[in-house]
Amino acid sequence: MAITRADVLHVAALARLELTEDEISRLEVQLNDILAAVGKVSELDLSEVPPTSHPLAVVNVFRPDDPRPSLPLDDVFANAPARDGDHFLVPPTGTGEETAP
Amino acid sequence: MIDTLRLTAEEARGLLDRREISGAELRAAYREAIDSRNEELHCFLTLVDDDGNDGVPIALKDVISTKGVRTTAGSRMLEDYVPVFDSTVADRCKAAGLQLLGKTNTDEFAMGSSTENSAFGPSKNPWDPTRVPGGSGGGSAAAVSAGLTPWALGSDTGGSIKQPSSLCGNVGLRPTYGTVSRYGIVAFASSLDQVGPVTKTVRDNALLYGIISGRDDCDSTTVDVPPVELPQAEELAGLRVGVPKELNEAEGIEPGVASAVRRAIDLCSELGAEVGECELPRSVEYGLPCYYLVAPAEASSNLARYDGVRYGLRRDADGYYEMVSRTRDAGFGDEPKRRIMLGTYALSAGYYEAYYGQAQKVRTVISREFAAAFERFDVLVSPTSPTVAFKLGEKTADPLAMYLADVLTIPPNMAGLPGLSIPCGLSEGLPVGLQLIGPQFSENTLFRAGHALEQALGFDGVPERLR
Repeated sequence: MAITRADVLHVAALARLELTEDEISRLEVQLNDILAAVGKVSELDLSEVPPTSHPLAVVNVFRPDDPRPSLPLDDVFANAPARDGDHFLVPPTGTGEETAP
Repeated sequence: MIDTLRLTAEEARGLLDRREISGAELRAAYREAIDSRNEELHCFLTLVDDDGNDGVPIALKDVISTKGVRTTAGSRMLEDYVPVFDSTVADRCKAAGLQLLGKTNTDEFAMGSSTENSAFGPSKNPWDPTRVPGGSGGGSAAAVSAGLTPWALGSDTGGSIKQPSSLCGNVGLRPTYGTVSRYGIVAFASSLDQVGPVTKTVRDNALLYGIISGRDDCDSTTVDVPPVELPQAEELAGLRVGVPKELNEAEGIEPGVASAVRRAIDLCSELGAEVGECELPRSVEYGLPCYYLVAPAEASSNLARYDGVRYGLRRDADGYYEMVSRTRDAGFGDEPKRRIMLGTYALSAGYYEAYYGQAQKVRTVISREFAAAFERFDVLVSPTSPTVAFKLGEKTADPLAMYLADVLTIPPNMAGLPGLSIPCGLSEGLPVGLQLIGPQFSENTLFRAGHALEQALGFDGVPERLR
């Protein structure tokens, strides 16, 4: 399954990456090369093999649900690009032409 | 006069304990070494003047959050990011009295095998500055070998501790998954990331592993760890050493690397170990493809947090989604973008089962193959890297060629296994690393085997041009 330019644009939109024209054409070539290499996993018949999502045989970890202090708000906002009182400030969503991809 | 090129952390601690030197004098010696060699080698991204501690100095890879000290992950995205909390490993280093010298260079978000993906420029190999130190933790490895710090921490997802240690001629441990907390580590691939020590000697490695390892309430994937034993024995009597055919005969292993590793394996027999061959039929062939599906998939999810809202870079725009997309295009370099795209594709509707789902099953196959090998052997050995340090720029144009640098470190990582790289000789005047792989939680066995081999090999870890 070859990756087309349209695929690159679709995936870039899913990943919220505004790529340049140069990046789009480069990624089209590179992703095809890489997928051809990693697609090797499909050679194996693993229908009877369970998946591994985590390398340790740990199932659940519990702790008492006790309230603990969290970071002071000024610390929370210390690295914020824009702050409005106790909120992170961002440009408006859903205005004009713009919608979620 | 302190020779920072030769002083081990254990010796430094002895000098401090016996009050033959002060913490300030020790720090001054390393700062002098940094002042004279860091400009050429570019190991450090940020230097720390004084953190109030007076123990053995240490350097931390710049994916490890340090309160009040800039932590960039080698990315423009976090160029001005100053954490407001310490990672658990930084906290444990502090609690042990270690004084922070600075933060070391890394490929951006720990994605790479040469540090050439760092947004702030590559580090250089102290054995030959026209060559890479390996990656992603090339800054830590080069700093240890160049005497700029007695020891350092790195992080290893596909080989980012072991491979740079191999290329720089020092000792790097990727611990068993879950033994060292990931709290406060800039996340790359969460089911694989693991912090570990980079040191001059195996004993130093065990000491530092003892400081950073153990269960942490802030990371629910951590577990209790057996007490760390400082290795002393100089023989390997009773140890069963397996030589996996595929890990030792893989395509691309340089002849000089293979022969240095072969000599180390012969030495295992001379030291009393029982050496035998074994097989990992699919782990090596399918390990790299498996890794380059699982790791980018997890990365695409982890790196979604860089959206210009709460911290990190922001590029302004009139609308929210435009701001996010623009920020991410400006903040991420080529390699993170490539992996985000690959991972997003592998997880997207219609492809999930064929790529990510299948890769997770391959991971099971790899774990089973290693488990079968460990029924017969205590330790498996191979080269750490198929090659010695390569030239700067040699692989930057071809992502797949760069990915192959980790072909021998990835298979055990997929199974959550610990791996220790120790220097075992030179090829073309450059260090060769021996990878020792054990079952989960077998760090003490790896230290024991590594220490005995280290004593017998007598490798001089000081780069020839700096002696």
